[in-house]
Amino acid sequence: MTALADAPARKRPKFLPTLVRTTAFKLTAAYLLIFALFAAFVLGYVAWNAQRLITDQIRSTIDAEIQGLAEQQRLGGIRRLVNIVEQRSRGPGASLYLVTTPVGERIAGNVEAIPPGTLDKTGESEIEYARSKEAIGAPSHALVRVFVLPAGFRLLVGRDLEERERLGAVIWRAIGWSLALVFTLGCFASWFVARRVLSRIDGMSETAQGIMEGDLKGRLSITGTGDELDRLALNLNAMLDRIGELMAGMQQVTDNIAHDLKTPLTRLRNRAEEALRSASSPDELRAALDGAIEEADNLIRVFNALLTIARLEAGRISENATEVDLSEIVSGMAELYEPLAEEAGLTLVGDVAPGLRVVGNRELIGQALANLIDNALKYGRSDAGGASTVTVSAWRDGDAVALAVADRGPGIPESDRGRVLERFVRLEASRTKPGFGLGLSTVAGVVRLHGGQLRLEDNAPGLRVVITFPAAATRPSGNWKLQAAPDPVETPALPPPAASTEVPKPARLPST
Amino acid sequence: MRLLIVEDDAEAAAYLTKAFREVGHIADHAVDGLEGYAMAEGGGYDVLVVDRMLPRLDGLSLIRSLREQKDETPALILSALAQVDDRVKGLRAGGDDYLPKPYAFSELLARVEVLARRRGAPASEPTTYRVGELVLDRLAHRVTREGKDILLQPREFRLLEYLMKHAGQVVTRTMLLENVWDYHFDPQTNVIDVHVSRLRSKVDKGFEHAMIHTVRGAGYMVRDSAR
Repeated sequence: MTALADAPARKRPKFLPTLVRTTAFKLTAAYLLIFALFAAFVLGYVAWNAQRLITDQIRSTIDAEIQGLAEQQRLGGIRRLVNIVEQRSRGPGASLYLVTTPVGERIAGNVEAIPPGTLDKTGESEIEYARSKEAIGAPSHALVRVFVLPAGFRLLVGRDLEERERLGAVIWRAIGWSLALVFTLGCFASWFVARRVLSRIDGMSETAQGIMEGDLKGRLSITGTGDELDRLALNLNAMLDRIGELMAGMQQVTDNIAHDLKTPLTRLRNRAEEALRSASSPDELRAALDGAIEEADNLIRVFNALLTIARLEAGRISENATEVDLSEIVSGMAELYEPLAEEAGLTLVGDVAPGLRVVGNRELIGQALANLIDNALKYGRSDAGGASTVTVSAWRDGDAVALAVADRGPGIPESDRGRVLERFVRLEASRTKPGFGLGLSTVAGVVRLHGGQLRLEDNAPGLRVVITFPAAATRPSGNWKLQAAPDPVETPALPPPAASTEVPKPARLPST
Repeated sequence: MRLLIVEDDAEAAAYLTKAFREVGHIADHAVDGLEGYAMAEGGGYDVLVVDRMLPRLDGLSLIRSLREQKDETPALILSALAQVDDRVKGLRAGGDDYLPKPYAFSELLARVEVLARRRGAPASEPTTYRVGELVLDRLAHRVTREGKDILLQPREFRLLEYLMKHAGQVVTRTMLLENVWDYHFDPQTNVIDVHVSRLRSKVDKGFEHAMIHTVRGAGYMVRDSAR
């Protein structure tokens, strides 16, 4: 996986645009935008409320002052008012006062300049003003109220808005800074996340590229964090392993076909050639042709078996997989082979618990079982001269359903038990007997397709092949609705309880 | 018997046509699915032998179209596809039998003859089969020969029932495995022969004439050899 190390360097020139296109980046950017809008809204709302609060406060202060001054004027006339205004104007603070004649000449107060016309309209307004002549160039803001005194004199009371403006400025700065911060952090975070994800995905792409180019051993790296990318990589690796197995199987089939089909084909050809060359009578020719047809039939059998295995290993459970009665299949097969066993001088005993159901294909399970029984009959003869019994049994095994074919023959040495499941593998001891070495491979394929397990065990002496299938759901499917229809109270019939495992009823087949 | 062979491989078609004619049947040949459909629609055939992969109209569609036209002429599908699923698909399309390639002609002939006979047969099966003095009562599950009871195991009964239903016709080993045991794989051993020889020992032993005959290279036939 050295190719991974130099990958980023090669990709750097177009790294940023790639980054922007990543899902991680887009998602982060979207979240960022949403968060920023939210933050701006909250801060803006706070600012607006604070300003309003301050304005209200200013307004009530102004009202109080106006009331106070009006009271003075009522008590002591305009002179007293002017005195008080002059007195207050000298004090520090944000309050503004102005008293003018009806024509607008200043009598007292601490305001030097106001926009013309301000005194003409009574009531509240926001204006620009200057306290001194020097300040006219840089006016301040104030909230003021104009009040008409008797005889046309005007009184202006106001308050500087600097505090409010400072607060507003602070808040706006805060909004700005926080948005900038959010944006920067967000950009950094999305860049970081996207780059991390991107580098791993780039690694995956690289590996996939490598595999496509022929490095079939390549696998995606796992960081061990168990995150979704790790899970994806694990699954993809498992998939690659499976594909690898299939490819290896295919390769093996090709090799084996080359060898095991070419041999009989050569034999067939030789036989035909030999007959052409030396057969002198029609009978001899006929015999040669019969032999050729038999050879061809054998070839067809091998070919069919190989195709079946290939299909099974491709792992396509057919649409015909339904719930099937395994008990029926096993006892049916035992019954089918029982006369053959007897003719071969063996005893075939069936021991099948009733009502075992599995989800599967009856044909395939039947064929697998036929292969096993056939093998047991061929190779299961006791060498020691003891009873040559082949036992075919099926029983419930917890959540699973098991079936076994056991013989009393020489068995298979433990070291060979894995090997015999491979195609065309025939143990030395059995080379003299007819067969192609495809029977157990077919069985293994059928079992795998059904999600079952296949074990070869020592029957001491002999071979015991045990197959376990996952049991079908205990509810009998199919017609239970029909059963319930005429009488809704009636409960659907359940299969017999698992008691059959404890007391398997030995159903010995008739031996006549 | 008039046969229509729909097969695009000229050599295979010529071989089949010749072989069927040799055993006394009339065999016509169509080279593709559309021609086959047109000829079958013309009618007059007892059995159609249809290759599954055909140019212009595949075999399954051909049969399906005929069935939609309420044409129930028995059809046997020949196919290189020999897996369980393929077979089921073939029968679902309306085929009456399915024979994977390559096949023995004797097998094909036996199946075609059974299909042709089925066509002429009355809709309901008789409750009793009778071949010479051998009588099988399907309702009472009883078999007698010359009035004497013959005791059979249930499977032996079904085996004899199938053979007698097709009395006078060749029944192959695979046909027996299919129809009596309902399995379609190749058992690769003489397992069927052993069952038949057991049956034979019960039906024919101690009687002058054999009822169950072995047809060399093909299968079995029940026939009254006394006549």
